[in-house]
Amino acid sequence: MKFVDEFRDAELGRVVAGEIVAAVEPGRHYKVMEVCGGHTHSIYKYGVDDLLPSNVELVHGPGCPVCVIPMGRVDDGIALAHEPGVIFTCFGDMLRVPGSSQTLLDAKADGADVRIVYSPLDALRIAKQNPEREVVFFAIGFETTAPSTALTLRRARAESVGNFSVMCSHVTIVPPLRALLESPDLRLDGFIGPGHVATVVGARPFQFLPDQYGKPVVISGFEPLDILQSVLMVLRQLGAGRATVENQYARVVPWEGNLRALEIMAEVFALRPHFEWRGLGFISQSALRISDAYAEWDAEERFSVPGVRVADPKACQCGEVLKGVIKPWECKVFGTACTPERPIGTCMVSPEGACAAYYNYGRFAREREVA
Amino acid sequence: MCLAIPGQVVEVVDEHNRLATVEVAGVRRTVNIGLLDVGDVGAVPGDWVLIHVGFALSKIDEEEARATLRLLEQMGAEYAQELDELKASVIE
Ligand code: SF4
Repeated sequence: MKFVDEFRDAELGRVVAGEIVAAVEPGRHYKVMEVCGGHTHSIYKYGVDDLLPSNVELVHGPGCPVCVIPMGRVDDGIALAHEPGVIFTCFGDMLRVPGSSQTLLDAKADGADVRIVYSPLDALRIAKQNPEREVVFFAIGFETTAPSTALTLRRARAESVGNFSVMCSHVTIVPPLRALLESPDLRLDGFIGPGHVATVVGARPFQFLPDQYGKPVVISGFEPLDILQSVLMVLRQLGAGRATVENQYARVVPWEGNLRALEIMAEVFALRPHFEWRGLGFISQSALRISDAYAEWDAEERFSVPGVRVADPKACQCGEVLKGVIKPWECKVFGTACTPERPIGTCMVSPEGACAAYYNYGRFAREREVA
Repeated sequence: MCLAIPGQVVEVVDEHNRLATVEVAGVRRTVNIGLLDVGDVGAVPGDWVLIHVGFALSKIDEEEARATLRLLEQMGAEYAQELDELKASVIE
């Protein structure tokens, strides 16, 4: 077990791995979904699944914000970037996400003023420095990131920065999980809950998993030992016939979340009736728009956004990957037509995407050898 | 963009906008600490915080901060890229 040496506490890592073996019933197959792309990344990087018995399968969930942005939304962003006078700002991860005919990087090469920012506050600063230009920020991310956009908008309003607006594509974590559980494709036994999202929303929103679906969920940290411990906690609940929300990451995640962040989000955002997710289709009440009080800073109000809807490319199986129905290497174009350098689907773009994580850590090569 | 990086608050530089200088992996950058204003105490100098897209998201203890930094350092390229983007960030 070479990986265990990299754990914060290698001895504890060994003990937990042993306890997992003791906790599973032979002959029963366990499917545990890690919701968050950050977990997927750690799992491949550290080979966490190699420490699990073969009947415990980790299934990757939809919690990668770049991966779930649909192609039409990228096209909308590109259309805004091409508007005369616009400076279009986004996180670096968005640059190479394929739209139907271009990426934002291509748009930049074509002369659009596309700039990478680390923070929405950087985008606001660019707006203040360029009062004669229109600065649009392409906001993506789950509840982890949405409060940052919200505070930035509050400041834009307080300072009356009139040339700043946000193309809001923030999404929420609960509706896609519900959609997954309602879909017949997949039978899941339990969930590893997203640690950073829970820092904001707390543990309570995950209560529906045990209450309505009888599924255990354990909010988890990002170190390999955290994930291993969380898997054990899920298995123990299953073994005892229990289903509750447990918080393995209590050292960072307060049970009630970040109330301040939630309050600011409630002021600045409103729920969209529905939103399209890459590969998952339309999911109701699954995304945020800018609230009426902040409509002045809503890029979709200020510009005419085409509202493009495009089907995912035929070859792309990101939807199946995001639902955990197939493993990345089972996609026909994985590692051949679709690579991090030339991605076809979003799951290959972001380091948190399951395909990129597989690709980068060479696991697909190993899997293919044994196959 | 999905990473949350630990840093230590050095000083609050803009009380009104809740901006603080934070030391992250040896570099000092300005981040917003407004999301930590719960109750009457927000983040104060010396506190360790987890930073995501220029905002301190939660307070953590020093041991947690150091362990998280170790984990991030092992990530290699992605962490390096995140740090580069952070270094290019000028929040004012
Ligand atoms: S290999 Fe590419 S196209 Fe296939 S699922 Fe992964 S990202 Fe999508």
